[in-house]
Amino acid sequence: MEATLQHPAPKPGHEAHGHEDHHDPGFWRTYIFSTDHKVIGVQYALGSLSFLLFGFFLMLLMRWQISKPGVPVPVIGPLLEKALGSAAPHGALSPDLYNSFGAMHGTIMVFLAIVPLAFAAFSNVVLPLQIGAPDMAFPRVNMASFQAYVVGGVIMLASFFIPGGAAQAGWTSYSPLATAIPTDGQTFWIIGMVFIITSSLLSAVNFIATIIQLRAPGMTWMRLPFFVWAQFVTSFLLLLAFPPLEAAAVMQLMDKVAHTSFFLPTGLAIGGQLANISGGGSPLLWQHLFWFLGHPEVYVLILPAMGIVCEIIANNTRKPIWGYKSLVYSVLAIGFLSFIVWAHHMYLTGMGTKVAVFFQATTMIISIPSVIILTCLFISLWGGSIRFNTPMLFALAFLPMFGIGGLTGLPLGFNISDVHLHDTYYVIAHFHYVVAPGTIFALFAGIYYWLPKLTGRKLNEFWGRVHFWGSLIFMNIVFMPMFAQGMAGMLRRMADGGANYSAAVNAKGGAEVIGGLSSNIMEMHTWILWGACILGLAQIPFIINLFWSLKHGEKVESDNPWQATTLEWQTATPPPHGNFPEAPHVYRGPYEYSVPGHATDFTPQDEPPK
Amino acid sequence: MVMDFPYIVEPRRDSGLYNAKLGIWLFLASEVMLFGALFSAYVLLRVGAEPGMWPHGWLNIPIGTANTVVLITSSITTVLAWVSCKLRQYGRFKFFHACTILLALTFVCIKSFEYHDKFTHYEIALANGKFADGHLMEKSKDFDLEKKTGSVTIHGYEVEQRTELMDLHSPEARRRPREEITLPAAEIKKMERYGPWHHTYLAIYFTLTGLHALHVVCGAVVIGFLWGPGTRMWRTEPERFTNRIEVSGLFWHFVDLVWIFLFPVLYLL
Repeated sequence: MEATLQHPAPKPGHEAHGHEDHHDPGFWRTYIFSTDHKVIGVQYALGSLSFLLFGFFLMLLMRWQISKPGVPVPVIGPLLEKALGSAAPHGALSPDLYNSFGAMHGTIMVFLAIVPLAFAAFSNVVLPLQIGAPDMAFPRVNMASFQAYVVGGVIMLASFFIPGGAAQAGWTSYSPLATAIPTDGQTFWIIGMVFIITSSLLSAVNFIATIIQLRAPGMTWMRLPFFVWAQFVTSFLLLLAFPPLEAAAVMQLMDKVAHTSFFLPTGLAIGGQLANISGGGSPLLWQHLFWFLGHPEVYVLILPAMGIVCEIIANNTRKPIWGYKSLVYSVLAIGFLSFIVWAHHMYLTGMGTKVAVFFQATTMIISIPSVIILTCLFISLWGGSIRFNTPMLFALAFLPMFGIGGLTGLPLGFNISDVHLHDTYYVIAHFHYVVAPGTIFALFAGIYYWLPKLTGRKLNEFWGRVHFWGSLIFMNIVFMPMFAQGMAGMLRRMADGGANYSAAVNAKGGAEVIGGLSSNIMEMHTWILWGACILGLAQIPFIINLFWSLKHGEKVESDNPWQATTLEWQTATPPPHGNFPEAPHVYRGPYEYSVPGHATDFTPQDEPPK
Repeated sequence: MVMDFPYIVEPRRDSGLYNAKLGIWLFLASEVMLFGALFSAYVLLRVGAEPGMWPHGWLNIPIGTANTVVLITSSITTVLAWVSCKLRQYGRFKFFHACTILLALTFVCIKSFEYHDKFTHYEIALANGKFADGHLMEKSKDFDLEKKTGSVTIHGYEVEQRTELMDLHSPEARRRPREEITLPAAEIKKMERYGPWHHTYLAIYFTLTGLHALHVVCGAVVIGFLWGPGTRMWRTEPERFTNRIEVSGLFWHFVDLVWIFLFPVLYLL
């Protein structure tokens, strides 16, 4: 095998073909400054999983503060005070610090954890293999993309330790609030975002070009695995939706640094003082530009997850996906429609009822293709001889969890019911159901499914199941009560978890006070806190399993341990530099399972017809 | 046989493109969205401005026209440089792209002159409610607005209302004589340069043209590289080098195209 993988001596003048490290390139070129898509994918995965854990810890600290306002955080509290000083007096979170953690939890989870993991990491590892490509179309751009991501992440992390701490205005960074807070956290946030956006743009260009240009012979569009389609649409969303946020970030940076008034209205008063600005700006402009990214971003978070789930369901039901074409057309429809629904985040801004009605209509329309995708995946289970392994369990749990997240979004899409639910914990519960037990479960599924391709060893099945059931149960204990809290009127950004409101109720002896929260609602904070802690514990088996399996996991017997049809399983394990010893030729669609008359219950895409 | 990296030089048959050309088109699509967002910000700010408070004629049209001509010419020389590569005429390529780089530098010089003009231009609110407006000639050594000492001399004019400063295309504004005015600090309420903080029009002007100028500089650096050290590839792989000239040229045309929109929007409308 080794001999056939040697690259030929480079022809004179072909020195810059993207992967010029023909001879043993050494540690730095192999692992740090690599241009190999698989290595970059693993780099992305390690980076984004670390950020995922970090964002989770921020959330634990916030849950403690919500549940026990002003009480010092056990264990970590003294460290916090030492690291952040007066922002964490006696180891408790000050309201400013709570706001910082809230803003940064959102930013880190969305831009530094989920998107890089779901989009960049999984695409990098899997996508070129699935289409039979030797690498990404632009290997060095790929490396640059990861480097920009690292720089952006470092800037975001560094901002915690500057005077005044990290950004405090929420992950949405609405102006004028974001501009008016007199610390530099927001400036760091903007500059960090510019790097992260650059990283996503470079990735998006690269993936689209790879899919269009480097498909193996015979890999026609309708033979692409659904995962590739999902990432293709995701790339377009990133490509076209992120630049407006970049423009908005530049303008907010100008507001912050050059004292312009892009988002600052005439007559703005800060702290009772008329601000010394030219005025004439529009706070609504920021919201439009932010959500023009923000809503497609929601689909950036979910489409790769759907792609992963689809692959795993097809593989573990041992039958073709039901409605492959419906899936493809639905994902294309979602991609298009996601650009015209953004203002459903802005029903309460006073932008006008006619505008609101338009966006309400498009929002209802976009739920149709989403439901089609979910329905196709459900129907695919019908009559399958399902293999319940860990990846499949996570993929199966994705379906109802995403279903809950999606369906609870409908009342937010109608502007009448949104008036009541807007900015409450209901919203928090809704989008976390989509992203946490939704997308993250799909990502776990993907890790359990594809890691054997990279390492040649499976993860431990028993601890995988412990991880699965712990995550499933405690995810729901964390997020389900939030629906009730939100419907009771609990707002999403209160640093004391609504303690002041409930104090008002108690003083008047009843729940007549508008906005008051009953003790039942307040007690849920405690369940959520302990639910979140145990959810954290449930991740420990996964982390240990991940590293333990590298050396001690069960070795795979073949290159195709799941007996899958797609191309990534038809090459060596791990795939060599250049991926395929010979360019594969594709003869059929991606999900040819249980073909009658075929010797095995799977027919690989590159198996020549008899 | 190991897979060779495909479509680096020759186009793929079904897409009709080589990799880099597709890449640059996708990148340009994202650039369209970037500048598109800024242009829509311009529209929203302008529509939302108080009546009579959106400026006209704050920029010098002949200078803007000259810069437009400079950039369009550079687009032409870029195409000629690419054609020369296609025809394998290395000398002509070197000449035309030298012109492109010089024109890019000319554009940046003219632009920085315009910026300088704005940063020496002051609007001064006077204690008597009038407004003085003009370019700074001289500040006395002891000039201090806080302490009310010294005086400042500008070349410009005084008007009764701030709205009169907004429409400089109007016949009255054109007839207004410019003279040297010396104003003691004691008579000055507020004095502000025509920087981006002065008005949202200037904010979007500086942001759009600044971002555009950044693109010009980056494009010039890339073309400069391909003109200088990058020509090594010409000797070994002329077709691939020609592709690089084409791809960088596509970017350059886009940068020109942005200016074609910027000029009327900011200077003429």
